[in-house]
Amino acid sequence: MTREEIKDVILEIIEDIDEDAEFDNLDADAPLRDQLDLDSMDFLDIVMELRKRYQLQIPEDEYPELASLTSCVNYLEPKLKDA
Amino acid sequence: MKYSSFDTLENCYDVAVIGSGLGGMTCANRLANAGHSVLLLEHHIQLGGLATWFKRGGHIFDVSLHGFPYGMVKTCKKYWGKEIRDRIVQLPKIVIDNPQFSLTTTFSKEDFIRILHENFGIPAQTVNDFFATVDGMNFYDDQTMTTRELFDTFFPGRTDIHRLLMEPISYANGSTMDEPAITYGIVFSNFMNRGVYTFEGGTDTLIGLMAKELQQNGVTICTGAKVEQVLVDNGKTCGVIVNGKKITATAVVSNAGITNTIDNLAGREVFSPDFLAQHDKVEVNNSSCQVYFGIRKGETIDDIGDLLFTSTAEEYSAEEMRDMETKSRTFSVYYPKTRPGKPDYTIVASMNANYTDWADLEPSEYQQAKQAMIERCLVDLERYVPDIRNKIDTVESATPRTFNRYTLHTRGTSFGTKFEGLEVSRSLHKALPGLYHVGSVGIIMSGWLGAINYGVIAAHDVDGYLREQG
Repeated sequence: MTREEIKDVILEIIEDIDEDAEFDNLDADAPLRDQLDLDSMDFLDIVMELRKRYQLQIPEDEYPELASLTSCVNYLEPKLKDA
Repeated sequence: MKYSSFDTLENCYDVAVIGSGLGGMTCANRLANAGHSVLLLEHHIQLGGLATWFKRGGHIFDVSLHGFPYGMVKTCKKYWGKEIRDRIVQLPKIVIDNPQFSLTTTFSKEDFIRILHENFGIPAQTVNDFFATVDGMNFYDDQTMTTRELFDTFFPGRTDIHRLLMEPISYANGSTMDEPAITYGIVFSNFMNRGVYTFEGGTDTLIGLMAKELQQNGVTICTGAKVEQVLVDNGKTCGVIVNGKKITATAVVSNAGITNTIDNLAGREVFSPDFLAQHDKVEVNNSSCQVYFGIRKGETIDDIGDLLFTSTAEEYSAEEMRDMETKSRTFSVYYPKTRPGKPDYTIVASMNANYTDWADLEPSEYQQAKQAMIERCLVDLERYVPDIRNKIDTVESATPRTFNRYTLHTRGTSFGTKFEGLEVSRSLHKALPGLYHVGSVGIIMSGWLGAINYGVIAAHDVDGYLREQG
């Protein structure tokens, strides 16, 4: 997957979690949590969905890598290059 | 609702879930949604665990509906769907009445800030600092400070404020001022923050909708199915014995109490001495007593509030609240709006209680103690509904023995365990691969919202394990 495709997947998963999420003014480098009112349960949902879709196991101590959209893409890019 | 009869069960599932409390049901639902085959086993004839109800004298009595935090709206929408979410409605009138103060509140942060400032004369800066401190508390913070120390920092010597901030929490999760302050901060920030909510249609409707959702998602539900043992092979969980039958499962989720799960279901012999030493330090929380009053058809009662925290004790004391003859109780008042389709009035008095006070009473002593408790509740209730004795046609009561009988929880605990139980619950699958626990533990994972969210967290762990096992 390309970086752009990974970004779309993340946004799609977030939209499934919160249909009211507004992406228009999203700063890709700032924490998602502050901008989209996501809590720790929401991040768990994102991790579980990535596992369901791509059989991707993300260890708990690497959850901070999912903080911003850019860090998500950086972290997932090598893991999803063949997906 | 029609569930699967015992003799139609398969011999093998991806996951067997023991117990259908809100945590067990949510975990089962999430795992089925993730594509796993799930068997949900419940010893009782009804699903829901302590989220339960019973029928008496033409009334439906809700055992633990009382009122839950706003967080249930998001949680129910995400994990149970819109139909359930849309029935969550606010309880507007919460009353706190005791010798130190009487007030009515919406149970919102804004209202508590106002009350602390206007009624209790605390400077706005102190109130804001207190809220900023508790809102900022999280699980990874310092765990040595107690709630008592937290209160003494902000409101030294103000036992009235300690009561305002603590008494509702003691009813909600059995905690005292001697627990870690972070458990207080986390629960307070969820519970006493955006109001108190209820489920329109009552507990029976909620559990019915959840059962429907579970079955639509392919969960096999079997009631009257008591799990006797969790099976272990080569150091890994491999299934359960239920009603004498062996069922194989790659993972087992126990929604039984954590103490039952380790001591009885898996058995102590399968765990390491280190894990058992940690487990043996876990203290189970207190139990409860309840008295249920049904109002005769045709009678009405005025709006006295939806949830009343009442006490005639001079000051707040968690110990006093657990005493058999406690002067402290909540009244959950269910008006016709609770079940618009079956309008009725019921009132449920709830008290904290020690299991040991009730466990060893002789049958005649037990009956007398129950009658005395009912009378104390009526005397207190008369202060709010003066002619209550003429309006009731049904009275029933429950004690820690009742809670023990229906939930099978160690010492009838209604709030799981104290703080240290959380770590044992969370690390169970490390001590015995394939066995997971979900249920009230650690004070913060209790109540309806805590149970549902913990079910999601456990499902996440189990899903990872199942995919690893292939």
